[in-house]
Amino acid sequence: MTKARTNTEDYVRMYRQMVRIRAFEDNANQLYLSAKMPGLTHMYSGQEAVAVGICEALTDEDRITSTHRGHGHCVAKGASFLEMFCELLGREEGYCRGKGGSMHIADQAHGNLGANAIVGGSMGIATGAALSAKRLGRDFVTVCFFGDGATAQGLWYEVMNMAALWRLPVIYACENNGYSEYTKTEEIAAGSLTARAEAFGIEAHKVDGQDVLAVNDLARKLVERARRGEGPFFVELDTYRYHGHHVGDINRDYYRSKDEEAAWKERRDPIVNFGKWLESEGILTAEELVAINDEIRAEAEAAVAYALDAKYPDAGEVDMHVFAGVEHALPYIDGERT
Amino acid sequence: MTREITLAKAVNEAIAEEMRRDPTVFLMGEDVAEAGTPFKVLAGLVDEFGPDRVIDTPISEPGFVGMAVGAAMTGSRPIVDLMFGDFLYLVMDQLCNQAAKTHYMSGGKLKVPMVLRTNLGATRRSAAQHSQSLHALVAHIPGLKVAMPSSAYEAKGLLKTAIRDDNPVVIFEDKLMYQDKAAVPEEAYLIPFGEAAVLREGRDITLVATSSMVQVARQAAETLASEGISAEVIDPRTLVPFDEATIVESVKKTSRAIIIDEGHRNFGVTGEIASRISEKAFYHLDYPVQRMGAMDVPVPFSPALEDLTVPTPDAVAERARAAVRGELADAA
Ligand SMILES: Cc1ncc(C[n+]2csc(CCOP(=O)(O)OP(=O)(O)O)c2C)c(N)n1
Ligand SMILES: [Mg+2]
Repeated sequence: MTKARTNTEDYVRMYRQMVRIRAFEDNANQLYLSAKMPGLTHMYSGQEAVAVGICEALTDEDRITSTHRGHGHCVAKGASFLEMFCELLGREEGYCRGKGGSMHIADQAHGNLGANAIVGGSMGIATGAALSAKRLGRDFVTVCFFGDGATAQGLWYEVMNMAALWRLPVIYACENNGYSEYTKTEEIAAGSLTARAEAFGIEAHKVDGQDVLAVNDLARKLVERARRGEGPFFVELDTYRYHGHHVGDINRDYYRSKDEEAAWKERRDPIVNFGKWLESEGILTAEELVAINDEIRAEAEAAVAYALDAKYPDAGEVDMHVFAGVEHALPYIDGERT
Repeated sequence: MTREITLAKAVNEAIAEEMRRDPTVFLMGEDVAEAGTPFKVLAGLVDEFGPDRVIDTPISEPGFVGMAVGAAMTGSRPIVDLMFGDFLYLVMDQLCNQAAKTHYMSGGKLKVPMVLRTNLGATRRSAAQHSQSLHALVAHIPGLKVAMPSSAYEAKGLLKTAIRDDNPVVIFEDKLMYQDKAAVPEEAYLIPFGEAAVLREGRDITLVATSSMVQVARQAAETLASEGISAEVIDPRTLVPFDEATIVESVKKTSRAIIIDEGHRNFGVTGEIASRISEKAFYHLDYPVQRMGAMDVPVPFSPALEDLTVPTPDAVAERARAAVRGELADAA
């Protein structure tokens, strides 16, 4: 069971976790810009309060499913920088031995069932995890993270229906960052998102996704209720992504103005605002806040340096892990018996 | 007049020309309008044709593919943009149960003149769900035509033919080739379906290659030529219909063949073509027909692994040398 997160230690931890996400992303972005990272990736910066506010209400036993914009969820659920950077760089010591990369990071030990490169692709998985919890008589809750764009996938309506019918311990967390790739949400979503969930009899909430305390407060209540069998729930979290849709989306004036970006960053930054609150409450001093940032940035940089020098997987790994219980897939599919 | 243009531009021109010619043609997909797709292939089309004919959709692939089927049945000629070939799995029912079968099930009374444009190709470091080459999946379904352009020239000519076709056509572009240039005539032209292109003539071995693998085969043929091995390179250009005659004739002449395709080797395009050659040119063969496809594993992210999964010019040349030398040591 999650212990009540009302003490100083918990606030500081939430602050640290948000800073960790920002530091991770700044480094990942730099790796891309300096052409050291293969492929491309989607930055979570700006949305930290969502992942942290929710994941701080979860235990390691609780599961999450994540998205293409998944580094934040992964860090918030307890992952380490080192294995994450190794994964982003395709190294053997990565969470998925370099096989998954940014869009497929999964962290089994902390209950992260994985990022997903198919928009909406995890909605069935999350709901299935909740079905499994119920069938097996286990008390873990599953949180399904997805974006506003993913609400256009029909799969969501199929699984919400079943989750509601069978009272499954799943929380659908929609991070509404205002955009689905290069298109504004209002151009791709008719009506209200909360009303869609309500149509299935699912209790729906809307919360300021830049306010980590508001998110955490709601998440703790819903997680406990879901654990007691009162689920499913839907939460729409208003938030904003600071970077482009992906790291290569740099000239984006045609769909999103610089003024709009600046306004969110200046007024609604979840880390800055929470830092100010911690200071005003006398929980941390300005110096302590700076020290936390410095320490975490140093940790991130050290992890990047390590990952850049880390080993790639051996060629022999290429056909491993295709089938569970089969060492190498290629001889196996050709019928070779061992 | 010919000029060199990118594959992206060739696609863009094909669509623009057909939309000017036929007001029933329209385009729909995710971020196709202002954004012009993530690959910028459709940039500018919305300016000429407006948002009523270049339609941005929500991320609802089965929905808009199904709508394309219905629109096609009722007088429109939709072109659907499916951002990644990997998303075919989401739309399989609409494409394979609905679009593919409607003409047949209606006894020829209903037609589905639609085009689904999508892409294929690995080595872009995009990992397992954005790197697949899934053309074999749709080529398996009766009622769907399948085109596989290997350059800007083919991309334009095949797409224009696809748009005019009265059937559902799936066209796969190689996403790594969008910025590659090739000579394309200024004047309008069409490339008929079912006509392979013999890209290089040769005596010793036939390399049949599709889409992304055509340039791999051409490079291998270059290398082989410098060693005195003469390779013929053939691009079928469409899988359905398939120009069996051109390929069989070539193999009768060279008596050896390697099929190179970026789909998985297992139960795929290479097996199909190899089998046709065995059926029609068996007594002419001096060596078992060889197949080279993507390794039968999900596409791994790590560059160190991903590069091992796709046929390379060196690997093709090596296989060709063995075939020409008649070394059967490892015929598989
Ligand atoms: C099924 C599917 N369709 C399209 C895409 C391409 N794509 C990747 S992210 C994205 C936008 C997703 O928007 P949203 O769900 O709001 O998430 P955000 O990127 O804003 O975090 C699209 C269209 C995809 N990966 N999967
Ligand atoms: Mg979004």
